[in-house]
Amino acid sequence: MVANTFLVIFLLTIVGYVAARIHAKSVLEKVGAQMHSRPIYHGVNAAIWTGVPALIIILFWLMFQNTVINQLLLGLFEPSRIEAMTSADKSLLISEIRQIAAGRIFGTPEDMVLAAAQKLNDWTWIARASMFAVVLAACLAGVAFGLRAIGPRFRARYSVERSLNAFMIFCSFVAIFTTIGIIASLVYESYQFFSMVPAYEFFFGLRWEPQIPLRADQVAGLGAFGAIPVFVGTFVIATIAMVFAVPIGLLTAIYLTEYADHRVRATIKPLLEILAGVPTVVYGFFAVLIVAPLIRDFGTGLGLDVAPRSALAAGGVMAIMLIPFISSLSDDALAAVPRAMREGSYAMGATKGETIRKVLLPAALPGIMGGILLALSRAIGETMIVVMAAGLIASMNINPLDSVTTVTVQIVTLLIGDSAFDNPKTLSAFALGLMLFLITLVLNVLALTIVRKYREKY
Amino acid sequence: MSIANETARPAVDWRSVEVTRFRKRRYAADRRLQFYGMGAIVIALGLLAILVTSLISTGYSAFTQTMVTVPIELREDQIDREDPFSANWRTILRDSLKKLTPELEASQERDYFALFTNNAQFLVRDQVVKNPQLIGTTVSFTFPVADPVDQLSKGNIDRNQPEQLRRVNDVQIAFYDKLSEQGAISVPFNWSLFFNADSRFPELAGLAGAISGSFWALLVCFLISFPAGIAAAIYLEEFAPKNRLTDLIEVNINNLAAVPSVVFGLLALAVFIGWFGMPRSVPLVGGMTLALMTLPTIIIVTRASLKSVPASIREAALGVGASKHEVILHHILPLAMPTILTGTIIGLAQALGETAPLLLIGMNAFITSPPAGFLEPSTALPTQIFIWADSPERGFVSRTSAAILVLLSFLITMNAIAIFFRQRFERRW
Amino acid sequence: MLTDTTIEKKLTAMANDPKIKMRGNKVNVFYGEKQALFDVDLDVPGNAVMALIGPSGCGKSTFLRCLNRMNDTIDICKVTGDITLDGEDIYDPKIDVVELRARVGMVFQKPNPFPKSIYENIAYGPRIHGLTKTKAELDEVVESSLRKAAIWEEVKDRLQEPGTGLSGGQQQRLCIARAIAVSPEVILMDEPCSALDPIATAKVEELIDELRLNFTIVIVTHSMQQAARVSQRTAMFHLGNLVEEGPTDKMFTNPDTKLTQDYITGRFG
Repeated sequence: MVANTFLVIFLLTIVGYVAARIHAKSVLEKVGAQMHSRPIYHGVNAAIWTGVPALIIILFWLMFQNTVINQLLLGLFEPSRIEAMTSADKSLLISEIRQIAAGRIFGTPEDMVLAAAQKLNDWTWIARASMFAVVLAACLAGVAFGLRAIGPRFRARYSVERSLNAFMIFCSFVAIFTTIGIIASLVYESYQFFSMVPAYEFFFGLRWEPQIPLRADQVAGLGAFGAIPVFVGTFVIATIAMVFAVPIGLLTAIYLTEYADHRVRATIKPLLEILAGVPTVVYGFFAVLIVAPLIRDFGTGLGLDVAPRSALAAGGVMAIMLIPFISSLSDDALAAVPRAMREGSYAMGATKGETIRKVLLPAALPGIMGGILLALSRAIGETMIVVMAAGLIASMNINPLDSVTTVTVQIVTLLIGDSAFDNPKTLSAFALGLMLFLITLVLNVLALTIVRKYREKY
Repeated sequence: MSIANETARPAVDWRSVEVTRFRKRRYAADRRLQFYGMGAIVIALGLLAILVTSLISTGYSAFTQTMVTVPIELREDQIDREDPFSANWRTILRDSLKKLTPELEASQERDYFALFTNNAQFLVRDQVVKNPQLIGTTVSFTFPVADPVDQLSKGNIDRNQPEQLRRVNDVQIAFYDKLSEQGAISVPFNWSLFFNADSRFPELAGLAGAISGSFWALLVCFLISFPAGIAAAIYLEEFAPKNRLTDLIEVNINNLAAVPSVVFGLLALAVFIGWFGMPRSVPLVGGMTLALMTLPTIIIVTRASLKSVPASIREAALGVGASKHEVILHHILPLAMPTILTGTIIGLAQALGETAPLLLIGMNAFITSPPAGFLEPSTALPTQIFIWADSPERGFVSRTSAAILVLLSFLITMNAIAIFFRQRFERRW
Repeated sequence: MLTDTTIEKKLTAMANDPKIKMRGNKVNVFYGEKQALFDVDLDVPGNAVMALIGPSGCGKSTFLRCLNRMNDTIDICKVTGDITLDGEDIYDPKIDVVELRARVGMVFQKPNPFPKSIYENIAYGPRIHGLTKTKAELDEVVESSLRKAAIWEEVKDRLQEPGTGLSGGQQQRLCIARAIAVSPEVILMDEPCSALDPIATAKVEELIDELRLNFTIVIVTHSMQQAARVSQRTAMFHLGNLVEEGPTDKMFTNPDTKLTQDYITGRFG
């Protein structure tokens, strides 16, 4: 039914376009050069009037249909019973009704539920049929409107261009909508979380044990939501990654921009780009399959106690991912130092090394710092490598050979396979997400500001 | 003032021992820095080499699959022509398997049957249900062996190890060798890797579901982000007034490009699934999430390429009386299109490798048949890799590596197309 | 204290009886496939200012950059022929380019102070070459270099401020001071005044005139007046060839070739 409705909109749009175009052409032949817009614009205008309102209607309809029907379904039951239910119970009841409506009956449901399922099927049919009717009416009205408007004086081109502008402005705002959406959803769900768990526990607590029992008689108090160990773990792994990635990435950039000749650069740069293009899930598997056992064997050989999911393995592999990133940003920063600086230094009789260390690096420092901050933000926000290679248990330690957990690991493990947003366990993921978003936002803004300031200088 | 009275410093003796030695030290420092740079590159490329080799060395064996060919008697007294589906396929299969090895003792049956994939009976059943005229004949069926036997045949299991450390016992090895001598074992190319969907059994698991899930998600991502990205870029570059609001939009776009992908997953989970009530695990939601992540890339690339079209073309078109919209649609956009497409393909390649947001919206479901559209629950290539990497069976290790190789080859192909576009169509002004 | 006239006499004598400081012999320069200089033979007299003139792209800057091997920094550039400094071939593999550039300093078209303090800009050369042992010695070198470059009075109170904060003319004199700080024998100047306003230009020209007592100076210039004002000898380049070379007075009053005459009188270029 939904697919058919879309098809009808599509076909009627074409009909509107063709009809309006033909009609406009006949008008053009009658009045000659006095017509303002070419027939094609009249056609497009009619098509816009036919298709766009109908599409908007159907999208909103689909968005709210389920919510409305669910409310109606719950309305069938006694109000006192519904009030006593948690939102998880409600969604359970609704999904039971929907299962039955779809013909999958498990056990012996109560009569009330069976009746509701019957109602659901009726309502769904009514909803679909009325949606079809409304959309069809909107389309036909659009065609009629588009056709009626055609005339020598009607400025169809302006009308089309105005619609185009509206579309373009809407698309430009998608970026803002996305940011608003991110902030709104994170803040809203975090607010829910903080209404169950006190904020001071989250910010200052030293125990993170979100795996709480979900039975109704056991309240949230049994879990512990102190996020400090999670942030410590994130910090440990990000630091390990940066310690390896910054020198290697920076030296790579120095060699490529200053020492390597054209041919070497042309071969090595694409290879580094491959490293940058490898999806992080691949790095995660690499960490689990090769790096972690290697570090473990090596450590055991030295008589050290290495955890199977050591922070060193996760951080080390994250460094591989960051090397090309730091390298290419440092490369940009070094290349942006004007040639005159290099020549000035060489003309003083400086060696390449002296020119790099004493002139180029200080001059490029802001750009490089910006790149390092962006890399740090990536390290903190990186998910798959740590989900696969870092630990799940939050522990307060900074030993790189031990297992630690990170913010992103917790977000993913807390939310996989669970979508009920009414217990602190899932909601805590959003609180962590909010912190993650804010931290990376600050780092990004800082980095972009530094880089932009630096660009203005040269 | 005259400078003649300045006491001139004594000239430096550049050949003195002291100066020469100092200069040698300077050159040594220079060479050291160069050496460190080369070392860093060697490390970076070495890591790339290790990554690729380890993937290939563990993954190549999954591109073949050990199969066994067994003649199976489809006796009419065991199968009802009217209802072949409900025959006792387990007995039918086992009777025929026993015929292959007449010396089989009752105590060894368990080990022996474990040589073959657990689902062999269903594979046979489905074939017969499809072709009922086979009933009453003896037909050769080829199906995979169980994963440990596959590993044995590929040499991944050391026969000299003590029995309890091996995943195949001595009895099984003996029967395997016997079947091998009879010519019942073959190791053809593993087409099921591409045509099967996921399975709990490594020997049957394939990527068909993941590939089609990724395809649908990317299709949605493209359909949303491509037109929206171009429209936004045109507006910002050509029409937008320079004011606070457009500044805000630009800052937003730059920032979104650097927001961690897992945050987009949280957005999708809370807004698309939680508030809008869209279904979990479907490529539609996955594609919408990926579109939000790809949009900044496309906008940035499009703006850059619009900027690079020379003003003379704009002026020429405006000069013949085209409206601003017409100039852009008829002249600027077609000229900028190759660069935009290049950027779009690269953006889509990034989206193809994204994992975390898809995990959060549940696109890591266990799905045993490929999704037929973007509203059916499915996995995607990267999430499938994640699922398999988490599986304990040995066979999934090489299948994970193989899946990664498949994913990487998609990415390389996409990037190659992008490079081709750039070199073939891009204009330099 | 010498009077101005005695200095003048001494300098004129030097220029007319030139002790050859640098000598180019059959110098050819190639940028990839393209040849930029053709068999240039040119002698640079010591303790004098030599001006290289000629229209854009004539090869005068290219020749200048050969004198301290700055062309080495361009990958595709190849130089053949001999260039000597005090009789030594500077393209000899045994010659150390670092030493060469310390002896033959350079000042560029656009002032290019390092993004460091004024003090650090001057101290850079002495430091890398290890010319001073103590901080006091370094301070002294910085001060005397700034004095010689006639900028000391303007910057002595703000030595720790960034060199990029100075005006264009001051920046260029800072760059000259920076070059002086390593006690070079020759200073090459590539259109040092082209980015400066007339007042700054006058100051730099005055400075160049004073510097020739201690240094040999080769200056590339676009301005005929500047060449006439500051130089004792002038060489005219055209399309990669050395057209004519001689005492500046003679070049500007009675050149040997019609090409030089046309260029100097402004008929082309």
